[in-house]
Amino acid sequence: MSDIVISVHNLTKRFGNFTAVDHITFDVQRGEIFGFLGANGAGKTSAMRMLCGLSYPTSGSGNVAGFDIMHEGEQIKRHIGYMSQRFSLYNELTVSENINLFAGIYGLSKKETTKRATQLLERLNLHSERNTLVKSLPLGWKQKLSFSIATIHNPEVVFLDEPTGGVDPVTRRQFWEMIYETANNGTTIFVTTHYMDEAEYCSRVSIMVDGEIRALDTPTNLKQKFNAMTMDDVFRTLARGAKRGE
Amino acid sequence: MPLVMTMDVRNVNIAVVDLDHSTTSNRIISHIEASEYLSLVGTTEQYIVAMDALENGTVDIIVQIPNNFERDMIVSTPEKINITANAVNATKGSLGSQYLVQTIARALQELKNEKSPTQLSELVTVQNRFNPTLNYRHYMIPALMIILFILICGFLPALSIVGEKESGTIEQINVTPVSRMTFILSKLIPYWLIGLFVLTIAMIVARVVYGLYPVGSIGLIYFGAACFILTISGFSLTIANFSETMQQTMFVMFFFVMIFMLMSGLLTPIDSMPNWAQKFTGILPPRYFVEILRSVYLKGSTFMDLWHNYLALGIFATIFNILAALTYKKQA
Repeated sequence: MSDIVISVHNLTKRFGNFTAVDHITFDVQRGEIFGFLGANGAGKTSAMRMLCGLSYPTSGSGNVAGFDIMHEGEQIKRHIGYMSQRFSLYNELTVSENINLFAGIYGLSKKETTKRATQLLERLNLHSERNTLVKSLPLGWKQKLSFSIATIHNPEVVFLDEPTGGVDPVTRRQFWEMIYETANNGTTIFVTTHYMDEAEYCSRVSIMVDGEIRALDTPTNLKQKFNAMTMDDVFRTLARGAKRGE
Repeated sequence: MPLVMTMDVRNVNIAVVDLDHSTTSNRIISHIEASEYLSLVGTTEQYIVAMDALENGTVDIIVQIPNNFERDMIVSTPEKINITANAVNATKGSLGSQYLVQTIARALQELKNEKSPTQLSELVTVQNRFNPTLNYRHYMIPALMIILFILICGFLPALSIVGEKESGTIEQINVTPVSRMTFILSKLIPYWLIGLFVLTIAMIVARVVYGLYPVGSIGLIYFGAACFILTISGFSLTIANFSETMQQTMFVMFFFVMIFMLMSGLLTPIDSMPNWAQKFTGILPPRYFVEILRSVYLKGSTFMDLWHNYLALGIFATIFNILAALTYKKQA
């Protein structure tokens, strides 16, 4: 459990004069649930997009699942799952059509697809809804479906960008159970969130302020270090100094 | 645009088949040469030679002056002057031959001192080739089919990509290992099939409602359409790659579609445009398909007559689709 899946060194992204991500350096171990926190506009999404091979870094280097983020973006994509801030399954397709589409894209065989689809529908209790258009599902279900599809090919790492935004507490709870289950199967979870109770569930947490990583440790250590009762207090202490607003 | 979108007919190419070789025929030829609207391509003594030129498009109208026209005009009723017009483009055919009749009339009027005993109208007969009744519909139906293609296969692929950009699904695709060419093809093939289906419907409607059916081979029409749809869809995908929103795509597409509609010879003949504009139409892909569709539909042209049009479309299709794949960026 000690090999490194994501390794980033001095990663920087500039848009014109604006430095969205400012020389960040960190490692993520296999099987970890890595919480990536930060206020709005702190540069979380920009950093995550670089790790997923959606944007090129301005400088610095990084490795995801053993591939260089500068030159091997397409190889990285075979080994990761990604769930964006916006719901991004095809609304005009049904649940099973979406499953089949993404299974096909990741090159799963017919047999494997059927097997995984049945498992997935059963786990989500969506069997009766498999021919419903995705757009008519409630938000919580959509997010669980998105997550399941992002991990349909058993990726080494799955990136979740605010997966539980706008989701009710019960569903959030279920969602985190799914995350734990996936992590236990050896998939590394890289997750951003604004809910500090969720931050407590992570193995390690990094907090970004103004494009830099200001703190990185386990939730327990962070609370001790900042002399705080909850992660919420830790976050407030750090984010108070932020210059960038929303 | 008014210069380009002209209903005026200019530069009507005339070939004279002079069998008479008389003062009268020379007078007629010099009047044609002097005309602002007509341009003399050449004179010959063989109708076949002139007809070949008419068929391959270098000549629009043939004037045949019969043997012993001058002598017979004085003595008795001469054989009539025969005008053969290419009426694939009805406006050009009919206006062109009218100009020509007037020009000839003026020439003969000048020779009036020789006192022609016969009425002028009886000296000339007009024959419109390929569209004998000068039916404007026959000219317009192929054009309408092309407009349909431009609207369906030009706008929809672009909107489909930009729609994905707006809904965010494209990001989900960008983070998968799908190759750029696969993605572009997945956007191209459905519209290609839809386009060919629309063509079939359009041809059936033209047949059933307007009684218009292609004189040439249907295969040639499908082949042309297949090339043209790939061209226009590839173009549309390229535009989409540079746009972020639906509005942006629509405005940019409208800009190009206006030029396509007005300058490709869809509504007004390219031959009547100023010289620079005629040259410019060379870079407009619809122009080649307009020519293919009209020629095959009305004239029954064969592949050998039109191969350069197919070649041009093929080149455009390749360029635009490669461009579409190259400008589609999975990683910014």
